Amino acid sequence: MADISSNFLGIKSPNPFWLASAPPTDKKYNVLRAFEAGWGGVVWKTLGSQVKNVSSRYSAVDFNGSRLMGFNNIELISDRPLDINLKEIEECIKLFPDRAMIVSLMADNDKKSWQELIKKVEDTGAHGLELNFGCPHGMTERGMGASVGQDPEIACMVVEWVMETATIPVITKLTPNVHSVVPTGRSVVKAGTHALSLINTIQSVTGIDLDTLVPNPNVGGKSVFGGYCGPAVKPIALKMLTTIAQDELTKKVPISGIGGIGTWKDAVEFMLLGASNVQVCTAAMKHGFRIIEDMCEGMNNWMDEKGFKTIDDFIGKSVENITHWEDLDINFHVIANINQDKCIHCGLCYIACEDASHQSINLDFGKPYNKYTIKDEECVGCNLCKLVCPVEDCITMEVHRKGEEYVNWKDWQDKGLPLNDH
Amino acid sequence: MNITNNRLSKEQYEQNFADIHPPFENKTAAQVEANRCLFCYDAPCTKSCPTDIDVPKFIKQISTDNIKGSAHTILSSNIMGAGCSKVCPVEKLCEGACVYNLLEEEPISIAKLQRYSTQKAMENNWQLFQRKPSNGKKVAIVGAGPAGLSCAHVLSRNGVDVTIYEKESKGGGLMTYGIAAYKVTPKFCEDEVNYILSIGGIEIKYNQELGKNILMGELQKNYDAVFLGIGVGVARRLGIPGESFEGVEDAISFIYNIRDKNYSLIPIGDKVAVIGMGMTAIDAATQAKRLGAKKVTLVYRRTEAEKPCTDVELDIAKLDGCEIIWLAAPKEIKGENGKVAQLICSKMMLSETDTNGRKTPIDTGEIFSLDVDMIIKAAGQIPFEELVDMNKMENKNGKLIIDTNYSTNIKGVFAGGDAVNGGKEVVDAVQAGKDGASSILEYLNLTFNLI
Repeated sequence: MADISSNFLGIKSPNPFWLASAPPTDKKYNVLRAFEAGWGGVVWKTLGSQVKNVSSRYSAVDFNGSRLMGFNNIELISDRPLDINLKEIEECIKLFPDRAMIVSLMADNDKKSWQELIKKVEDTGAHGLELNFGCPHGMTERGMGASVGQDPEIACMVVEWVMETATIPVITKLTPNVHSVVPTGRSVVKAGTHALSLINTIQSVTGIDLDTLVPNPNVGGKSVFGGYCGPAVKPIALKMLTTIAQDELTKKVPISGIGGIGTWKDAVEFMLLGASNVQVCTAAMKHGFRIIEDMCEGMNNWMDEKGFKTIDDFIGKSVENITHWEDLDINFHVIANINQDKCIHCGLCYIACEDASHQSINLDFGKPYNKYTIKDEECVGCNLCKLVCPVEDCITMEVHRKGEEYVNWKDWQDKGLPLNDH
Repeated sequence: MNITNNRLSKEQYEQNFADIHPPFENKTAAQVEANRCLFCYDAPCTKSCPTDIDVPKFIKQISTDNIKGSAHTILSSNIMGAGCSKVCPVEKLCEGACVYNLLEEEPISIAKLQRYSTQKAMENNWQLFQRKPSNGKKVAIVGAGPAGLSCAHVLSRNGVDVTIYEKESKGGGLMTYGIAAYKVTPKFCEDEVNYILSIGGIEIKYNQELGKNILMGELQKNYDAVFLGIGVGVARRLGIPGESFEGVEDAISFIYNIRDKNYSLIPIGDKVAVIGMGMTAIDAATQAKRLGAKKVTLVYRRTEAEKPCTDVELDIAKLDGCEIIWLAAPKEIKGENGKVAQLICSKMMLSETDTNGRKTPIDTGEIFSLDVDMIIKAAGQIPFEELVDMNKMENKNGKLIIDTNYSTNIKGVFAGGDAVNGGKEVVDAVQAGKDGASSILEYLNLTFNLI
């Protein structure tokens, strides 16, 4: 049995799964339920000057009948009184001392506000702080949240205020609403943050009600850009995580990975790309806290299968496998193969290749079942047929190298090799 | 031993004849199923539909919430798409070809989805087709069954004025008169006929029988072309002694009565034998049981492997409690006081494969008898041989012979459906009507346009 316990900046938790700062972590009731269910830690919903929220607050993107492929919210930071939050945080820590308690913060834009807030929070016994520089809606109009994270200089200034006062670990949460997360990441690392977390939500419009013509969510006939999250944002989050994990400066601090994580596989992927632990929200909002059981069991079984004894054995293992396009081997070549015993003759590979790729699939007409075969000499190895095939392992991509030696784009040009080989 | 009506309570009748294939309860249920569809290219389901309904397209349209478009996709290929969704033996057509079968998964519920869209179209009376302005051409159609209605609809869409002559008092043909009531109700059939006619340009003259109330010569004289969708007639005679005893019935008229009258008015025996194993035999046997017969026995001269009905149909009969005797051929009906008392059958065995590739039943010489008070004959139907002979039309045992253009040997007279093929599915007749209409339009030098 592998050991999935986590130590993030000295903050220990029985597993690397924290609940992200959001509605599931905004009060004692939910947090205790989460801990009872087995979550390793929580990041308490962002504290700051008390706000007023609107109704309604969420909207979603469904896909082919599956709900919440993407999720969007326009909720602000905690709208509960600060003293009640602080009291409940303290109570939760006492009841579950083995779990991580991080508190998310977004103080008003002055040094005094930040430093006073930090002192109050530290008095609760919290294990760490997460600076919310990412929230992309509402608070940004007041110059807070993503407005801070989008400007490396401002972000640096705020982190410096924080570091003057903080005596517990500080994590800075980055916004994805930038062309690159690296400049702000570098800036806050220079200012002394102990760790980074990413991504926060992405500004979005999830859709429009085609009867009322009002975009979602509808607040009295109007809407506003919301923060997008859920499974749809995972690939974007993974990319941004990689840039932080590869940058010479930012890679020196631990990273807490966030963005569309709902299963142990998602979590493993984030960790392989450099996250020391992960934070989850949308999946818990959709299914409840019970999903933690499979996340722990699944990761544990995978680690056993792969021979990893602790999570540190695999964190960051895939970072070096993402490189520059120019370093890819042009002589590597794959050709699709359709396993005729598995083929169910749906024709999806054929029409995808025919209309959108390289016309590399033969159709032998049959009634009612056509036969589909690959034209090896035409196939460029794009993967499209394999991706659309509904049958597992029916289409496989087989390696047929064009040449034995590694040749990248630069070598290719230097050698004057032909371009029109397909 | 007796044949009586009113055996059950009103509630029991209603329960026994309730819709055997209930529809999706709501939009979510339909969309869950629609989203299972893989949206195959050159889809096997479409290729297995005699009317070429673009199945993946209409299902995709359900999942995109374009129900009107979905209904248009179905009905533009098959104007009786609503009825076919209830009566088609889909297990040997679209659903039987669904690629999910090859994954050992349940096929997509194509019929149920088809029903979802077409039912909405009928309920809301969506007018999905616009008739071209009348071009002055007139076509007479004989028979308001699936072939005739389908032919009429295509012709009307293309601006032809159509008159249908129907010998019964209702349209729909065997859909209305020849299918078990638990599959389609008389009300549904009437609604479907009205929905088809709502395009305009089609008039049905009821109670007009060819050869009696109207003559072929008149049709040829008064119309630019004629389409015969006359179907087939009464059940084939068994040709055995005792066939005239009271209690021997024709499956078609038995089913017709159930469709035409209140269930409680239909007399049924205690012990019923049904001869045959086609769809009609099943419909007769199951309904005999559902009317309150104590024992129903299906008698078939070949084995299960050769049966004409589908497995699904046979299962309905079995679930209804019908008994089945394979390899038994009726030899004689014995009566008492002029009424059926016993069915004497020969035990049969199968030959080695004969010239048709189908095994022939051979009499073993052994016999057995069944105590029965009612016998329903469902061993196929007889074409209108006398009628077609009288009009000097080329035929084979009464089945009209047509060329590749659906034309009979008489110029300007076209035919299709059961009258030609001897009796197939509703969906086959619909296609024959479409093809016949296409040939007629060509014959009339009109362009064929199904948009």
